[in-house]
Amino acid sequence: MKSICLYFQIHQPFRLKNYRFFEIGADHYYFDDYTNQSILRKVARKSYLPANQLFLKLIEQFPGRFKISFSITGIALYQFALYAPELIDSFKELAATGQVEFLAETYSHSLVSLSNEDEFQHQVMTHSERIEELFGMKPKVFRNTELIYSDQIGEQVYRMGFKAMLTEGAKHILGWKSPNFLYYNVHQPKLKLLLRNFKLSDDLAFRFTNQEWSEWPLTADKYVDWIKGVDENEDVINLFMDYETFGEHQSAESGIFEFLKEFPKRIIEETDFEFLTPSEVVKTCQPIAPLPVPFPISWADEERDLSAWLGNELQNEAFSKLYSLRNDLKLANSPELMADWSYLQASDHFYYMCTKFFSDQAVHNYFNPYGSPYDAFINYMNVLSDFILRLEEAIDRDRYKGVIVDELDEEMLYEAIDRYALVLKRLRKRRTQLERNNPKGQAKK
Amino acid sequence: MRVLMFGWEFPPHISGGLGTACYGLTKGLAFQDVEVIFVVPKAYGDEDQSAIKLIGASGVPVMQRTVQFYKNLTEESLPRTELTSKEITYLEVGSMLMPYLSPEEFETFVNEKIEAKDYKWEKLLRKSQESKAVESKQIGTIDFSGKYGPDLLQEVSNYGLIAAEIAQGQDFDLIHAHDWLTYAAGIAAQKISGKPLIIHVHATEYDRAGENVNSLVFDIERMGMEAADRIITVSNLTRNTVVNKYGIPEEKVFTVYNAVEPNAKIEEDSIRKHLNEKVVTFLGRVTFQKGPEYFIEAAYKVLQKTDDVRFVMAGNGDLLRKMIRHAARLGITKKFHFTDFLKGKDVDRMFQLSDVYVMPSVSEPFGISPLEAMRSNVPVIISKQSGVSEILKYAIKIDFWDVDAMADAIYGLVKYSALSDMFSKHGKTEVDNLKWENAAKNTKEQYTALLENIKPQ
Repeated sequence: MKSICLYFQIHQPFRLKNYRFFEIGADHYYFDDYTNQSILRKVARKSYLPANQLFLKLIEQFPGRFKISFSITGIALYQFALYAPELIDSFKELAATGQVEFLAETYSHSLVSLSNEDEFQHQVMTHSERIEELFGMKPKVFRNTELIYSDQIGEQVYRMGFKAMLTEGAKHILGWKSPNFLYYNVHQPKLKLLLRNFKLSDDLAFRFTNQEWSEWPLTADKYVDWIKGVDENEDVINLFMDYETFGEHQSAESGIFEFLKEFPKRIIEETDFEFLTPSEVVKTCQPIAPLPVPFPISWADEERDLSAWLGNELQNEAFSKLYSLRNDLKLANSPELMADWSYLQASDHFYYMCTKFFSDQAVHNYFNPYGSPYDAFINYMNVLSDFILRLEEAIDRDRYKGVIVDELDEEMLYEAIDRYALVLKRLRKRRTQLERNNPKGQAKK
Repeated sequence: MRVLMFGWEFPPHISGGLGTACYGLTKGLAFQDVEVIFVVPKAYGDEDQSAIKLIGASGVPVMQRTVQFYKNLTEESLPRTELTSKEITYLEVGSMLMPYLSPEEFETFVNEKIEAKDYKWEKLLRKSQESKAVESKQIGTIDFSGKYGPDLLQEVSNYGLIAAEIAQGQDFDLIHAHDWLTYAAGIAAQKISGKPLIIHVHATEYDRAGENVNSLVFDIERMGMEAADRIITVSNLTRNTVVNKYGIPEEKVFTVYNAVEPNAKIEEDSIRKHLNEKVVTFLGRVTFQKGPEYFIEAAYKVLQKTDDVRFVMAGNGDLLRKMIRHAARLGITKKFHFTDFLKGKDVDRMFQLSDVYVMPSVSEPFGISPLEAMRSNVPVIISKQSGVSEILKYAIKIDFWDVDAMADAIYGLVKYSALSDMFSKHGKTEVDNLKWENAAKNTKEQYTALLENIKPQ
């Protein structure tokens, strides 16, 4: 039995407002509510709501046979609640059919898996709790931000209790191998890996409306033929894409919804493929081989690596500065600061700072509200500077020449001791003076 | 291929970007095997004053020189074969043309009889990386009718008359004229010789004067553009001006971007900063076109927030006094300095001292100075209203009027070292790749295309 696994990603960041340096210390609200609300409302209307309705119909049409899965970030869910609560009901309805699986990921679509394991686990657990609370099911399969995966990340995910994880069927990792099998982590065979078939996924996600594409227009006929043409011995075709593919990236006028209506019907009626959720794939398919991935991969750009988020000095600086705050945040123990820190972690902020000017520029521009990566960096760092001020105020630490006392080097430490010894001496002298002038000596301490 | 080229200045006698651009371009063309006969009017004080008097009476002395270009200093020690050096013919015409002066200013200049500055050609020669072997001989005078008067427009047409004479005495394939002062010369040469004319627009009257254009200058510019068989602009910004404001058909206007010479080696640590503060620099003429007041406003905003920054406005111009008063009124003069006009080595030194360079020009057809800053590893902020912003990647681009964005960019470059490090690291490479060779190659393509279009007849 061969299967098709459909998974759709839903994420919306809290975009930052235009935050100038002179607001540092004065304005502690960082987000562009107007843009966030209008984008979410637009995407909900054009994509999420109509697509949900269509999938609901398909699920009713093929009881037990048509299945899909979603991963919705915590901050996207929060924006649903703020700006389009009807979406939450709509997803609840889908969840109630039993033919929809919800996956786990980090709450804020962060890159924390590249920084700190404890924090990684914390963010994933926060997300899982939210999903369980809303949709009544505990996620069993993990999907990392941008499908980022490495051997090491896989091991961490297994330690969190997941049995399977999704990632990209990247050419440079697979070589001659096919993505249409179940693989497993090279150090931890119990963690199964589902690999995205990027050719068939991107035919829908990126090429569907591209009139220069030799296969345009793509009909359900043609697409089902391609799927039929997949080698008989292969197990599973993983079609992973952004949910906005339906109605937003590919507009309703392009016929994407008609395609979507037709495609499951043809698969179910004409082929021996069945639709499975990721958990079911893991149960039914035999893992075929370990997949070594020593360096992180992702589903973005031609390189399928991290270069879209951590590919230049600006991104690295912002990233390391952001995560260096973790210990202080624990000390400060403030829910407001934690929330802002979480929103500032969304990978999108780093994506905006990307300087890969030539390749994939069109895709980058589409998602980027800033005129240039420098604007994005400066804006982000201004916000982060204010955030750090708040954090330090919350912790209230002693400093010498702007350096925290705990971090003074030897030279500065002695300098500080000498300096304050002198100040203390002067203060005592002054006190003596006062006492002499005031013989009754209200020796105030 | 031989090109008769009309310019108005040539190193070391330069007062702005045009001379530098002509120098780079002719050097690049020489290495593209294009023979250039470069004609400039001479109006500098280091020439024989008696000659000028002589001109007024009867004729124009023409100096012919050969300027040799060497690729770089190391090759200088090699035998000077054709492979290592190229030369152009350089003709100087006695004239009083002055660039960057409006007709009114020119009149004042001539009437006031200001002592010309003392340029030291020989000294510069030794210092500069390009060694030039100069041989000059006077090849006689050309008679022409018409007088030299203290009137710029008259000068322009006189230059045209001389051009006609030169055109008759030289053999060439096409004519290339740089900016409005030479258009009349270009047209005259075109009429006499019947050879095609290319005009090269480095700036228009709209850039110099905003909307208050001098209609006489505008007319000369339009006449040149209409007469030209092909027009080269230094940016798409300028191309749009030529098409939209002068009504020139798009298909005859082409953009060829300028470039910058790699800088001479500067001894490491020769200039040491004595301050721990960051230095943010404006360098250019202090005129409406360069947007100095936006720089002051941005400085004020930055200084409200941080005091480990200093601002420098290096340059002179009709707005300088107003700017000094403006800075004083804002109470920032403790941190805001004016240096007046800098030249030669002082310019390089200023760049060496700078941590950020800002070019807030209201209108800048190209703008070579940010490239010079980047060449010295200085991060730059440039206005979107500049031609150079069309080609630079490692630069922050802002609207000249957006003082908040400008201040924010300055603050970002001063405070967030990752950004300035990135610019220092990649900016120089980016600029070093903008070679005059490429600009010359593109120019030569224009020549070839033009000559091919004309051949069939």
